[in-house]
Amino acid sequence: MPRSRFGALAGWLVTLPLTLFGLLLVTFLIGRVMPIDPVIAVVGDRAPADVYARARLELGLDRPLYEQFFRYCSAILSGQFGRSVMTSRPVLEDIARFFPATLELATLATILGVALGVPAGVLAAVRQGSKTDQAIRFLTLIGHSVPIFVLGLVGLLVFYAKLDLVPGPGRINVAFDDIVTPVTGMLLIDSALQGEWEVFRDAVGHILLPAGVLAYFSLAYIARMTRAFMLEQLRQEYVTTARVKGMSERRVIWRHAFGNIAVPLITVIALSYAGLLEGSVLTETIFSWPGLGQYLTISLLNADMNAVLGATLVVGAVYLGLNLLCDLLYRVVDPRTR
Amino acid sequence: MSRAAALRAWLIADTPLSRRQARLGRLYLQWLTFRHNWLAVAGLAVSLLLALIAIAAPLLATHDPSAQNLDIRLQPPGATHWLGTDELGRDIYSRIVHGSRITLGMVVAVVVLVAPFGLVVGCAAGYVGGWFDRIVMRVTDIFMAFPRLILALAFVAALGPGIENGVIAIALTAWPAYARIARAETLAIRGSDFIAAARLQGASALRLIFAHVAPLCLSSLIVRVTLDMSGIILTAAGLGFLGLGAVPPSPEWGAMISTGRRFILEQWWVATMPGIAIFVASLGFNLLGDGLRDVLDPKQT
Repeated sequence: MPRSRFGALAGWLVTLPLTLFGLLLVTFLIGRVMPIDPVIAVVGDRAPADVYARARLELGLDRPLYEQFFRYCSAILSGQFGRSVMTSRPVLEDIARFFPATLELATLATILGVALGVPAGVLAAVRQGSKTDQAIRFLTLIGHSVPIFVLGLVGLLVFYAKLDLVPGPGRINVAFDDIVTPVTGMLLIDSALQGEWEVFRDAVGHILLPAGVLAYFSLAYIARMTRAFMLEQLRQEYVTTARVKGMSERRVIWRHAFGNIAVPLITVIALSYAGLLEGSVLTETIFSWPGLGQYLTISLLNADMNAVLGATLVVGAVYLGLNLLCDLLYRVVDPRTR
Repeated sequence: MSRAAALRAWLIADTPLSRRQARLGRLYLQWLTFRHNWLAVAGLAVSLLLALIAIAAPLLATHDPSAQNLDIRLQPPGATHWLGTDELGRDIYSRIVHGSRITLGMVVAVVVLVAPFGLVVGCAAGYVGGWFDRIVMRVTDIFMAFPRLILALAFVAALGPGIENGVIAIALTAWPAYARIARAETLAIRGSDFIAAARLQGASALRLIFAHVAPLCLSSLIVRVTLDMSGIILTAAGLGFLGLGAVPPSPEWGAMISTGRRFILEQWWVATMPGIAIFVASLGFNLLGDGLRDVLDPKQT
């Protein structure tokens, strides 16, 4: 059905800019509703009236709102996010510095979550109602109920303070600072590429606990969804047919049933990946992880609006991009949605 | 026949004589199903207990939640201070009891703001259809594609920290899910004969939406609200933890963890006790929501 496939793609191409426009509008409005006068933020509250008026003119605040919004959009689209008051660097440069650390954390957590969550979900579905199923369901339910920052704190208390199995908060031991030249910005990859195995080992030790905490949340979500998808498939008649034909149980489960849930499962994984970018805000605070989440919260507490809006926009765009990509995948790949 | 047996027979009668009897009978049958799921019953018990604690907080608290006494700071759990004391010598048990008011208050405020709005918008979109529907769905798309906590953070950054701003921020990201559900339900029942019959009798669109369509969307909405409550609790606690929700002297659970964090290695109870409170509250609503879904919305399980 090439026609409807084309239709799906066209619909998606309309949604993408519209949603991005919505994101820009929301961040613009957030910047406008704040009670801090942006002019005073620039010139200080003791500036004489003429300085104040000139700054107001320079910032374009005398223009009508729609024109201001238009200026804001064109600035953002050409990559001008403004300067951070806190670090006095351009916001975009800051984000490029901090984002790889978050990406590294979220990626490792997702890999762990998928490696454990998918088999757990399949197992629970195959043995529906058994003790194993109940144990897995219970574990995922806890994952949906426990606050991520509490789990991080308890993890630090148990594995760092009591058992001394992992190093404390932070990304790397201070002694190893600046040994590896950043290429991708992801310490694990950079140190491995440059053959600095001692740094690599230290970085692995540091990332283990925060990635583990995040992985538990993605595991809970992925296992729960995998179980639900598999249960739906295992009820279908083609599964019975395959069994009656004498096919091995393993082949029925992994090749026939699992093959059919692959597309929705990829969507779930991508969504949980996007969710981890958000979950990292709290995790990074607990583990003093120098990523985008920590940058965002520190800027928030310092009322550094350019940095806050820039980081929100970037996380929002990544989140949105992943969301829409899944949507596209669904519409184009899965013939049942047409 | 004893009175209980008579009541039971009245409830499960095949031919109910009044609307009220039919309604109560259905509720009774749903309760019978619900009762078998002991996890759901546990969830109901936890949720009710939480509500009771919040209502009776001044009676249950053993100490003044804000009374400082530096002589007894950071005491471990014991006979006088059941869950220990914090860095200013305040009783942690009493603070958690009073904090339940803040947490539940935020949850109720968000739900009251969001559920009716989502219901009306969703029903209207589903019933009216056409361009109105398309615009509403596009708007929900945009809001649902936002990372919830980050949007809440940005809002709070602009409006300033505080419980009310936290509630507004969470509400802004929560309503689209309800609108979606109400719309899906509306689309499913829009073509029913009873709707057509009511329309032929001259019922206006408003009357159809509010009196005929919206009530039928309620059960899926209730399930979603219950499941959402745990998410609201976690987001509210996260905001408090980052110092952007309730501000420190108030005994909000997330804010308590954020101050207790400094003592986690030596005085673990300061941060852990409110953490357990958040966990139990959120687990309770999750269990209750799962159980309600099995009863009210069997097709989704």
